[in-house]
Amino acid sequence: MDLGILVTIFDSALRLSIPLLAACLAGLWSERSGVVDIGLEGKMLVAAFAGAAGAYAFGSAWAGLLAGILASIAIGLVHGFASISQRGNQIVSGVAINMLAAGLTAIVGNAWYGQGGRTPPLEGDQRFGAVLFGHSALVYVVLLAVPVTWFVLGRTRFGLRLRAVGENPAAVDTAGISVTGLRYTAVIIAGVLCGLAGVYLSVGQAAGFLPNMTAGRGFIALAALIFAKWRAWPALGACFLFGLLDASANQLQGLSLPGIGEVPVQAIQALPYLMTVILLAGVIGKAIPPRAAGVPYVKER
Amino acid sequence: MSAPLDLPRWADTVLVPALSVVAAFLVAGLVVLGIGENPLSATRYLLQGSLGTGEGLGFTLFYMTDFIFVGLAVAVAYHAGLFNIGGEGQATLAGLGVALVVNNLTFLPGFLLIPLGILGAAAFGAAWAAVPGYLQAKRGSHIVITTIMFNWLASVLIVYLLVNVLREPQSMNPETRAFPDQARIPFVHEVLGAIGIEIPASQLNLTLVLALAASYFVWLLIYRSRLGYAIRVVGSNPSAAVYAGISPARITIIAMLLSGALAGGLAVNELMGYQHRLLLEFTSGYGFVGIAVALMGRAHPVGIILASLLFGILYQGGAELAFEQPAITRDMVVVIGGIIILFAGALDGLFRRAVAHLFARQKLARA
Repeated sequence: MDLGILVTIFDSALRLSIPLLAACLAGLWSERSGVVDIGLEGKMLVAAFAGAAGAYAFGSAWAGLLAGILASIAIGLVHGFASISQRGNQIVSGVAINMLAAGLTAIVGNAWYGQGGRTPPLEGDQRFGAVLFGHSALVYVVLLAVPVTWFVLGRTRFGLRLRAVGENPAAVDTAGISVTGLRYTAVIIAGVLCGLAGVYLSVGQAAGFLPNMTAGRGFIALAALIFAKWRAWPALGACFLFGLLDASANQLQGLSLPGIGEVPVQAIQALPYLMTVILLAGVIGKAIPPRAAGVPYVKER
Repeated sequence: MSAPLDLPRWADTVLVPALSVVAAFLVAGLVVLGIGENPLSATRYLLQGSLGTGEGLGFTLFYMTDFIFVGLAVAVAYHAGLFNIGGEGQATLAGLGVALVVNNLTFLPGFLLIPLGILGAAAFGAAWAAVPGYLQAKRGSHIVITTIMFNWLASVLIVYLLVNVLREPQSMNPETRAFPDQARIPFVHEVLGAIGIEIPASQLNLTLVLALAASYFVWLLIYRSRLGYAIRVVGSNPSAAVYAGISPARITIIAMLLSGALAGGLAVNELMGYQHRLLLEFTSGYGFVGIAVALMGRAHPVGIILASLLFGILYQGGAELAFEQPAITRDMVVVIGGIIILFAGALDGLFRRAVAHLFARQKLARA
């Protein structure tokens, strides 16, 4: 293999890992505050649709970004209302959001544009152009979110409180800080990040929305989050690793490796899921979620 | 919970789920209005297409069969306090089990091959559910995450097998060769036709009988057996279960085995009853509909049958509706499913509190 191929693989690994990273950080914020979020996929999908629709309507990629983020926050607030205010089952709410997103984007897209759920192709200013090293601004925004997440969560008073609310909400409540407020804040931040992930897919990487275009990336992001043990820098590593797997699966298609023979693409595609299961089984290290994740907080008692 | 929610039994089991379904349909109606279509005429097409003709009714009952199995699968795990969202993957593997059994034992007569095919489905579905169950019970990995991962693993595995291993050499499509004739579960219109009763042809096959029998079996198991009692104890209070001498780990694995086997019924109905071959994506997301069915049916077999009928109506009626009003595609059914899961599952407290409040006020007024 020469250097050219390596650079190509690295480059496409970066492209493929960006939506994973944004969604993974979204999950990190949400779950660190104690709100389990398996609706990452759904929020990404809604943001991808709203982003493409917004960019098409206003002729600007940035307007699309705003639309995508707002849509993602709106869906996030539904999840927040169910899991924080109504103390409902967070997993059930996440499943509902994934189904709602898949159905709604297809129906509304079909009703608006009549192209089988697709948005019209985006061109020119409607897409994010390359600003540096052939990558769009969104890539750098998402990469920047890693140190910001690390710093805010780990080094500020707000971050300490947010982490505390995910471990022991009663203690935070006793200190006179609003558990509900902190959790809603986390859910909104997660909405913004999922919005970035979705808009990157439809307006940055592709030129328009396709039905179900997230294709399970929200779940790979969830796997990466577990892999990173709910920490920001390892999240970057895990997402890049999964992006690299994806990129090399594309490159290795039909190629025969010396000594191994032809590697089926599916074997590489299965790796992120398989690695997560193995990690969760505690065979290599242990992934321990925030203690209060998934548990609604009940004030009186 | 600030005040205990004391509800009469009928309100808890009938009124609250009914309210959440009504709310879900109101929201769905708003979506239909929002895309500029008439919800009333949509409802008419939906009912007409699913219940108005003999053929439509047959298709409705065919879908209902699918949903009973996946609904029961979710419900059995739910009683043990487990949230099995892996129905999709378990049914996929069950399809593999069916294909391996019936296409390799073609020399057997139908009365042996059909039960063996059903057992193959149950065994493969159960095995695929057992791994997450084991990991939850013994290694403490969260069942929700592992079943999600196993759904994706199943879909990747089945693509690999159908494209590279099981495909017929001359065929372009990723599917197995057709099942032998004697492995096909008879259609209901054929069976009734043979005894002189003519009904319109549809996909409805005798698997429906199996689904109803499975519902009765689950009812017996959960509410009338020792094992079912143990399952419910573990589900409501695992530490009490330990004091009662019940091993939560063992019950977790057993409940997941049963759950996966039940999910396998989806493969029996779709493949042995209708498609007569193994093909990609035959589960069509029904595994997730099972969650809506189980939540709506309050994890009780009778509730599950009723909820399955409702979803059967939605799927069949939705197909007819998409034909009459093309703007309302079949994705509408997925939306309704999502809203029902949201209302009947996550926002359940909303309606319970409202109803409890009403009852409390009534009591006060009477006193």
